[in-house]
Order: sequence, then structure tokens, then C-alpha cells
Amino acid sequence: MDILTHFNYWAAIALATIGLYAVVARHNLIKKLIGLSLFQTAVFLLFITIGKVTGGTAPILDAAYSLYSNPLPHVLILTAIVVSVSTLAVGLALAIAIKRDYGTVEEDEIHDADSAAGTGGEE
Amino acid sequence: MSDFLVLKVMAKLLIPFILLFGFYVQMHGDYGPGGGFQAGVIVAAAFILYAIVFEIGTARRVAPMAVLVTIACLGVLLYAGVGVANLVYGGRFLEYGVLAHEPAHGNHIGILIVEIGVGMAVAAVMMIIFFSFARRR
Amino acid sequence: MNAGHLPILQVALPLIAAPLCVLLRRPAFAWAFTTLVSWALLAMSILLLIRVMADGVISYRLGGWAPPFGIEYRLDAVNCFVILVISAVAAVVTPYMRQSVAREITAPRHNLFYGVYLLALTGLLGIAATGDAFNIYVFMEISSLASYVLIGLGSSRRARAAAFQYLIMGTIGATFLLIGIGLLYMMTGTLNLADLSLRVAEVPDMRPIYAAFAFITIGVLIKLALFPLHIWLPNAYTHAPSAVSAFLAASATKVGAYVLLRFVFTLFGPEFSFERMPLMEILMPLSLIAILVGSGVAIFQHDLKRLFAYSSIGQIGYIALGISFASTSGLTGAIVHIFNHAMMKGGIFLALGCMMYRTGSVELSALHGLGRRMPFTMAALIIGGLGLVGVPLTSGFVSKWYLVQAALEADLWPVALLILLGSLVALIYVGRVIEAAYFRPPPPGAPAVREAPWQMLIPTWILLAASLYFGVHTDITVSVAERGAEMLLGLPA
Repeated sequence: MDILTHFNYWAAIALATIGLYAVVARHNLIKKLIGLSLFQTAVFLLFITIGKVTGGTAPILDAAYSLYSNPLPHVLILTAIVVSVSTLAVGLALAIAIKRDYGTVEEDEIHDADSAAGTGGEE
Repeated sequence: MSDFLVLKVMAKLLIPFILLFGFYVQMHGDYGPGGGFQAGVIVAAAFILYAIVFEIGTARRVAPMAVLVTIACLGVLLYAGVGVANLVYGGRFLEYGVLAHEPAHGNHIGILIVEIGVGMAVAAVMMIIFFSFARRR
Repeated sequence: MNAGHLPILQVALPLIAAPLCVLLRRPAFAWAFTTLVSWALLAMSILLLIRVMADGVISYRLGGWAPPFGIEYRLDAVNCFVILVISAVAAVVTPYMRQSVAREITAPRHNLFYGVYLLALTGLLGIAATGDAFNIYVFMEISSLASYVLIGLGSSRRARAAAFQYLIMGTIGATFLLIGIGLLYMMTGTLNLADLSLRVAEVPDMRPIYAAFAFITIGVLIKLALFPLHIWLPNAYTHAPSAVSAFLAASATKVGAYVLLRFVFTLFGPEFSFERMPLMEILMPLSLIAILVGSGVAIFQHDLKRLFAYSSIGQIGYIALGISFASTSGLTGAIVHIFNHAMMKGGIFLALGCMMYRTGSVELSALHGLGRRMPFTMAALIIGGLGLVGVPLTSGFVSKWYLVQAALEADLWPVALLILLGSLVALIYVGRVIEAAYFRPPPPGAPAVREAPWQMLIPTWILLAASLYFGVHTDITVSVAERGAEMLLGLPA
């Protein structure tokens, strides 16, 4: 019952968990970024769905309609999407720089390269 | 030029309309759905489409990196400048009502200028991101 | 325009200056301009603090929209103090940057560096100034994104890997914060912090509020780098350019502490956070572990920047410990330590930057014999280190005094003992630095090293002199911090 009435939350939670799992479990930096993006997008979905008013239409002033969806979450998420795009861009730029410096985007190989270079660097 | 002929012809046909649509969205942002974010991305998409379908060299010559960076900076300055201009006219930061004799009119002008600033910054930044990633092999 | 616009100008000025800096192109111009901006920010933040101490809370409505519908900037004793700390650190670090950055950053476009630095400053000041929950998220991401770039500019390739690690952790933290804010908005329909606090009090027993509290706390603790969420910090501070390490160590985690204070006390309220939710039971052990583990791991480091980065984790533990007491003296200790640690750790990283500038290394072995050859730099390093230990007459003593007092008030004498034990551990790693600098001969055939240039020494000494001054003249910092603590606890001022 709860699953049906709250299916938007379940969808958001499922997507967020998949994204977070990818961030933690994958060793490829690009895959980590994909997971991170998925995680953020799931949260955007959560925001957008809580703005929906049953039977409400798009929030444009018109004499024919009186019930509108809440536009505020949309505006917030527009900003958050910009943040997410910037994060992705910075992340990819760093990944490219890492590929240039280390010759790989695999986390364990980067770690090995650092350990081989010596001088501390635990943790 | 003979490769992907359909794609190239269609892209050539579409690009002017994409740009036009971008400007439409830009100018209707103050009263309808639309605005600088969407318009900026649409305009950038036209350039990126050209760069993908034809060749990136020409696109980069039309929109060189230095120019894009300048446009992005000017966009941010336009936005923040409107905010500060409101302070000069005796309002609060981003209180556009003071820009004209009538508050509604002032709001109209203020949002329009802010959206143009946002549009410039977003379009330029999207192109910068694309070009700087596309440059590498 | 009049002084009433100061709250927004404090944030808008660096925002406007950032693109101007990029347009200036010449690094020297960009640096001079950034310096002027940072000094203007310091002057404005002092004026703001004076006004807030005299007249109470300042509320500024963006766009003239009344709260809770519009975005409100709300300045009280706590965030004015945090703004002052950030502006002061920026005003000192920026003049220092010219030589340090020119030496350590190989990329050709230093004007972009200053632009990004100003954006980081905008974000940090914005977090502190705003009274809107979503605004905090946006400014946090502005400052974090700028920090990732600044850290990634470090000369070693590990800087890029460290920045990437920080990006992953930081984004997860910020997104957790966003989830929490979304749940709060869902339950209350408002984003204004003052309004939220009233409405959350009406519906405290709802599960989404509990979930929101958990998400927000974890998200902020990642930014604050409290043990065990600190993993990004040592690498980031070690491999970032020296001036960036100094700036971030002195400001970024402090803002994290402020956000924690703001959400836990102003928004959820001490009654909800500490009686309904087990915040004290979670925060206190974690901060004690942070103090002991952070300081303990610092002992075994050979890289001085890494050593002091681990020491930062310990010092953050002190701040979190003060918060976990939820008493006036505990919070006073935490807020005072935000200021004191910013001065001490900022000064230490600046001194390390001086060492890097002359010797090209911050290894412990490179320190041998430097006590004679770079006397001013080394003296600065030692004074900062003694401050971290909490030796009387340094400002570190003041904050620890209040923390021990808070522990005794709460009848937690083992905690008080552990605080003192943490100081002893700190004494060990500072002792290693002193030994290496003063009691080891320079290695044979070591290149001649001169004292660092005065443009770098003066900023270093300003921060450490401030930490000494406020160790003796405690009335200024403590009165502001006490006022802030009482306000956060909802006691009559």
C-alpha cells in the first residue's frame, strides 16, 4: 500500500542507492562520476515529485485554471542541475588530468603508482 | 562532405531554427516559461551540433576560447551589475522595481537584463566545456 | 547606497570581482585587484560585526521580498564572527599569494587562479551570510567546486587525485544536505531558516524530520571532516598549493562547523537535537576519537603538510566536542576555537609555504638546521605549533580552557582528561618539528637557504601575532563567542 502511494519516493531511493553503490563499488573514475550523477539526479527527482499537486497544471497564470503545481521545487532543481553539470564538468576535467598524469583512470592503478613512487601516502 | 549527407543537410537546415528558438526562449523568459538557462543551452547546442556534424575547427574559429571566456564573464557581470544598479537607484539587491518609474515596468526590464546575462554566461560556459573536452584526443 | 547594504555587498563584491579578475588577464593586476577586494571585505566585515554587536540581528531582504517568501540574509553574532574570520584570513593570505602562487603553480594563466579563488571566497561568505537553507547548499557547492579546482592546481600529480577524491566525497556530502533540505521543505513548505525552526518545532515527531536531521548532519560532517569522514582532508591539504592549503585549512572547515551549529541549534533546536536525537552520544565519542587519532597519526608523518593536516583533524575534533556539550561554555569554546584555529593553522600553512618557497620541500628531513637559516619562518612555525598544543599565553589555551570547563560542568571528567591527553599527543608532534628545526645539524652539502621574502613573512606573522594577541586579550573573542553561544541555545542575551 505504501509502495503504491509513495512510489515516487521508492523510485528516488532506488536510483539514489544504485548511484551511490556505483560511486563506492566502481574503481573507474568515469564510472564513479556516472554514479555520482545518477545519485544527484535521483535527488532532483525527489524534489520535482514533491512539487506535484494532484490535478494541478503548469504554474502559468491563466483565467481558466486555478489549481497549479508548486513551481518552487522546479526552480530549486534548475539551480541544482546547474550545480550538478558544473560538478560533472570539473570531475571530468580532473579525470582527464589524471589520465594525462598517471596514464590510467583506474583507482587501484593510481594507488599502485602512488605507492610505487614511495614517500608516505598511506590512507 | 559526401559522408553522412542526410545528417549534414538536416543539421544545416536545423541550425538557424535552433538559434532562432534559443532567442525566442531567451526573450520570453520574463513572462512565460523560458529564460536564460534554457536559452543559453539551446544556443550552445546549435554550435555543438555544428561542431559534431561538420568539423570542430570552424566552430572554434567562429567562437574562439578567449571570446567565450569574455562573454561568460560579461554575462556574470551583467547579472551582478543589475543587482548593484538597484542599490544605486535606492532599492535592495536585485529589487528591480526601482529601475523604472513603475515597479512592474522596472521588474520587466530588470528580469530581462538578468536573463540576458544568464543566457550569455550559460551559452558560453557550455561551449567552453564542450570545446575543452573535444580538443583532446 | 548606504551601510544597510553591507550584508549583500559582503557576498556580491567577490562575486563581481571574480569575472573582472579573469578579464584583467595580467596576473599582477589580477593579484593586486584581488588583494584590494579582500581588504575591502575585511573592512566591511568589521563594520558588520560592530553593528551586530551594537544593534542585534540584521536582516536583509534580497529583491525586497519579505521573508519567509524571499531570500533573507540574516546576520547575528555567530555568522558575523565567521564572516570576519574568513575575510581576515583572505585579507592576509591574498597578499602572500603573489610569490607563492607564481612559484608553485605552473599553469600559465594565474588570472584564472585568482578568479576561482574569489569564487571560493564568495561561496564561503555566502554560506555564512544567508538565512535560507537552499542558499546554503548552492553556496556550499560554489565554494566546494572552486576548492576542487584550487586543490587540483597543486604541482604534484597527486593533487589531481586528491581533488578528485574530495570532489566525490564533497558532492556526496552536499547531496545529502540537499536531501535533508528537500525533506524539510516537504514537511514545512518553507526554506527560510528562521521560519523553518518555528515550523519544525510544530511537527517534531515526524519521520521525515528525523531523516532530514540525519541526512543534514552527515552531509555537514563530511564538509567538516570529522572522523571518520575525514579521509579527503589529509590528501587535499597535503597536495594543494601552499597558499590554498592555508586558506582552506583556515576557512573551509570552519564554515562547515558554522553550518553544523546553524542547523543543529537554530533550525532543529537544542531540545530536538540533543534530547530526541542522540547527537551528543554520537558527536562526543567521534570528536574524542578525532582528537586522539588525528593527533596520533600526525606523530608518524614525514611530510609536514600532511602532519599538520592530520593535526587539523584533531583540532576539528575539539570544535565538534565543544558543540556536543550543548552548553554555554562548550559552545563558547567551539566558536572561539573556530577563530583561534583559523589563525594558528593558517599561519602554520603560510610558514610551510615560506619553507616550500626557499627549500622546495616540506619533508621533515628538509627541516634540519633550518632554525638558524630561516629563523623567522621557523619561529612562526613553532609558535603556531605551541598554539595547537594549547600552551598558556597562546590562543589555543583559551579554547581548551573553555572546553575543559564545559566537560567539568557536565560532570564528564574523563572527557576533560582526554582533552588534556590530546594536548600531550600534540606536544609530541610539535616536539618532533622543534627537534628537527633546531637540534639537528643541516645535512652536509645542503644548499644555502635564505630567509623567505618579507612579502610572505609579514602575512605569516600577522596571523600568528593575532593568535598570540587573542591568547592574552581574550575579552574580544570570548565576548562575541559567548553572545553567539547564548543566542544559539536560545538563552536571553
